[in-house]
Amino acid sequence: MSLRWPWWASATVALALIAAMTLLPLGAMLREAGVIDWKAVTNDTYLQRVIRFSLYQAFASTALALLSAIPVALALSHKPSFPGRALIVSLFSLSLVIPTIVAIFGIVAVFGRTGWLSHILALVDIEPLPFYGLPGILIAHVFFNMPLAARILLNSLESIPADNWRLCRQLGMSPWAIFRHLEWHRMKHQLPALALLIFTLCFTSFAIVMTLGGGPRSTTIEVAIYQALRFDFDITLAVALACIQLLICLSLMALSTLLRHDNTMGFDIYKAPLKINSGTHENNPRQGLWPGAAWHMTHAGVLLFSTALVVTPLLALLVSSFNSKTLSVLADTTTLSALSNTLAVALSAACLSVALGLALLQSTRYLRIRLARERVGQWVQLTGNIILVLPPLVLGTGLFLLLRPLADVFSIALTLVVMINSLMALPFVLRILDAPMMNAAHAQDRLLRSLGIQGWNRWRHIDWPQLRKPLALALALAATLAAGDLSAIALFGSERVRTLPLLLYQRMGSYRLEEAAVTAGILLLSCLCLFAIIQWIVGGREHARTR
Amino acid sequence: MLELDRLELSIGPNRWEFDLSLDTHGVHALLGRSGSGKSTLLNLIAGFIQPDKGDIRWNAESLLPLEPAHRPVTSLFQQQNLFNHLSVRQNVGLGIDPGLKLNDRQIHAIQSVLDDVGLSGQETKLPGTLSGGEQQRVALARSLLRQRPILLLDEPFSALDAQTRQEMITLLRQLIDRHRPCVIMVTHDEDDAIAMQAEVLRLVDGRVVREA
Repeated sequence: MSLRWPWWASATVALALIAAMTLLPLGAMLREAGVIDWKAVTNDTYLQRVIRFSLYQAFASTALALLSAIPVALALSHKPSFPGRALIVSLFSLSLVIPTIVAIFGIVAVFGRTGWLSHILALVDIEPLPFYGLPGILIAHVFFNMPLAARILLNSLESIPADNWRLCRQLGMSPWAIFRHLEWHRMKHQLPALALLIFTLCFTSFAIVMTLGGGPRSTTIEVAIYQALRFDFDITLAVALACIQLLICLSLMALSTLLRHDNTMGFDIYKAPLKINSGTHENNPRQGLWPGAAWHMTHAGVLLFSTALVVTPLLALLVSSFNSKTLSVLADTTTLSALSNTLAVALSAACLSVALGLALLQSTRYLRIRLARERVGQWVQLTGNIILVLPPLVLGTGLFLLLRPLADVFSIALTLVVMINSLMALPFVLRILDAPMMNAAHAQDRLLRSLGIQGWNRWRHIDWPQLRKPLALALALAATLAAGDLSAIALFGSERVRTLPLLLYQRMGSYRLEEAAVTAGILLLSCLCLFAIIQWIVGGREHARTR
Repeated sequence: MLELDRLELSIGPNRWEFDLSLDTHGVHALLGRSGSGKSTLLNLIAGFIQPDKGDIRWNAESLLPLEPAHRPVTSLFQQQNLFNHLSVRQNVGLGIDPGLKLNDRQIHAIQSVLDDVGLSGQETKLPGTLSGGEQQRVALARSLLRQRPILLLDEPFSALDAQTRQEMITLLRQLIDRHRPCVIMVTHDEDDAIAMQAEVLRLVDGRVVREA
């Protein structure tokens, strides 16, 4: 019998790498924390204000996002077959692929002091509303999280069987009764986990608060860490903040394990949209349940308003990115070097992330299926979610402390950025690959064993054809996330090393808005291209059928 | 001769004890209620699970140290016998070489077993385009090609309609007469056992009872 790579080897390598990338920096950070005068730190009013604001804005963002998502999900569910519905639903999933900083640019162009909205309000003599600070942060958080929440809630509404709707009609239930007895009942099970997910995203949100916060009054812990490290060189404050952030994230994670509703990260959004046309006009079971022009107008209004919220910033960006500077920015060496850095970071981080994910899953598949140790396998896979406990800025602080005595951290910026970005994408990668890898293997395990298909043969003939679609999606998503990330590069970037998100941030910050608009356009285009091209090359056109 | 020598296994609250010897060329039908452990017995012989105690021997040689792929056993499962992304020829070819490196002689052999089960001309199709009966025949073709002396059938007809079932039984009977393997067929239908002219084994309370 030939020598074989044992089943635990690949996970061991992956776990060792993940541990080296996270535990070493964490250790460096905790050692530094040991010498901190915690009494003085906790009495610091700045720090107290930062923590209070972080929690407050996250609460407000979560509440607003959920409250606006519920009517949108209901309207989409009530109107299962109007033209353009599929387009709206896919637009809603776009907000996860669009780089945060690009969307921020669009939001500023619409809601900012000199944005579209101000112009419209000026026509009717209304003063421009305040934007920077809490209002801007809330608008941006709603822009990102309302569509996510709406799609997840819509999924649960779509799972209401057609016969329930028919029953509603037969019993002559009013819209309010339908909401109370049927729809709310479906949605309320999703809400706690969904709220926690959005809260976590808003609590650790970095780019939005940094660009739209507009000063120390509206600063979150993540941004305060960045400022302490990059501007005040206050290591003590940075470490103190990072430790507090770590604690809060740990408790959020623990809470979400308790609430576990299997949509911990909202990845459902990447699934192909459900066959939503569950009824044509002739036999739509929901028809006639919300009669009258008033309901019709309400539904139309909600859909129009929510679509406008998502579309106008993108439209504003598109319009503004063609201006007198377009050609000069495109030819500019700073732009080009940032573009090539972005692509290099995106592709390396995607490959590293998918390699780590595959290595973990390869071993846990053996554990879970062949050795029937489901729980142990799940636990091993959970280590891939470590970035949720150790957000980029916290991890960055640790890396900064760890490497400072050994090397110039700014000269190895791209390497560090690739590491952090690959860990940031890993939860998504694991989530996308987990089900296809486990389900097929579970069904086919006895056949594989009886035919003795293993190792390279198994990968080539069985796994690759069945996995290439999800693998392509995982790679594409990881690359897109890395290409659009601002947090890691903000910490380690410099005049010498920039990526497009950092360049965009700097151009926005120095009010070179025309150049910023073009940069935003290039970044958005690069992300969409990465997403499409990777899926096209790796995924192939032939559909690998798994059933 | 296939011997199950005081084979013991417990999974959770269930306990089995198998002590049985079967002729090299016999056809046996294993009957019992669902949950009585019929599939468990097949899984033990095929090597998908290991017993707590006892031994399984084929022609006086123990099978326990052998991996499933190296046992003198081939299985026809209830479903999931085929990989849906591989062609009929490739699915059958996996029975010869798990790396699918096939030479002309082997392709010829595949062709001839496909002829035997009545699937000539379907070599390049994907399983999804075949009927349930045809899919089972592809799997059967692969079992034949593997030329293992023990054939385990796990409710092979349960997913088929009445007519396809009849055709499948006729085909299986012909092939068994020609190749003369030791067959154990799990079923919950006595008529299948009669149609296959099988000796009936009943699984009751964790033990196998032979019927005259």
